[in-house]
Amino acid sequence: MTTIQSIAGQDEQHPDVALVQRVRDGDVSAYDTLVRKYERQIFRIAQHITQNREDAEDVMQDAFLKAYEKLEQFQGNSKFYTWLVRIAVNESLMRLRKRRTGKMVSIDEDLETEEGTVPRDLADWAPDPEQNYTQSELGQILEKTIKGLPPGFKVVFELRDVQGLSTEDTAEALGLSIPAVKSRLLRARLQLRERLSRYFHKKPGSRQAGPKVARAEL
Amino acid sequence: MTCTEFIALLDDIIDDSVAAETRAEVEKHMHKCGHCEVVFNTTRKTIEIYRSHQIYDLPNDLRERLHAAIMARCKKGC
Repeated sequence: MTTIQSIAGQDEQHPDVALVQRVRDGDVSAYDTLVRKYERQIFRIAQHITQNREDAEDVMQDAFLKAYEKLEQFQGNSKFYTWLVRIAVNESLMRLRKRRTGKMVSIDEDLETEEGTVPRDLADWAPDPEQNYTQSELGQILEKTIKGLPPGFKVVFELRDVQGLSTEDTAEALGLSIPAVKSRLLRARLQLRERLSRYFHKKPGSRQAGPKVARAEL
Repeated sequence: MTCTEFIALLDDIIDDSVAAETRAEVEKHMHKCGHCEVVFNTTRKTIEIYRSHQIYDLPNDLRERLHAAIMARCKKGC
């Protein structure tokens, strides 16, 4: 039963495959559908890496245009979206290098640091702590918190945890090994948790409030 | 199970991809270690908050403008 299902699963065609084929056959409206489907996600990835709104807008446009121009080169042995993410990540890194006047920036930069692998803030959070903030305050906290992470951590977290890609697809999209994705994901999750703790602790005096040992700096 | 072993398994625990026997050990450890239980719950909450309050959302007007610009260039052959 499992075998039959898995064979059937392998044969099942991803809906993007047909859209890509239609674009190759000259149907531009099929590309319109693909752009609509992924533009928000690509914009977010670009914004995570470049940390600049105008750059993210440019990257998003350039990534979709480049993908359109290079569609003939798309082999179809990876998913269209992972291929598109790879283009967007490369465009984002190029943009970042330009802004930093040629300084090398990579998703694979040396990250052999112990920071974030040992949880230090062990006090519990308030129940539904995000409800203590307005939407706009919460948005600012989440942006400020993720901003300081290395680009490789941010993008792995975005792809795996926010967009829900598998570890394998994330690795392929970023040109990283599976262990590298796993290591970045663990550190990203732990560092974000550590940094958010200062905002989400139980209020002093509330029942079961733990000792505050939040780091002074974000 | 030690706290270090627990942290090493944290992603698999959160993603619910640990074997049944390991899961039992994990639960036993969390039952006696309040710190690891906090780390597990707050890490899971971190993911949940980022997933449900997506940052860097593209406002609709900007989205439409960028979308139109992309498609105009595609139609012209880029």
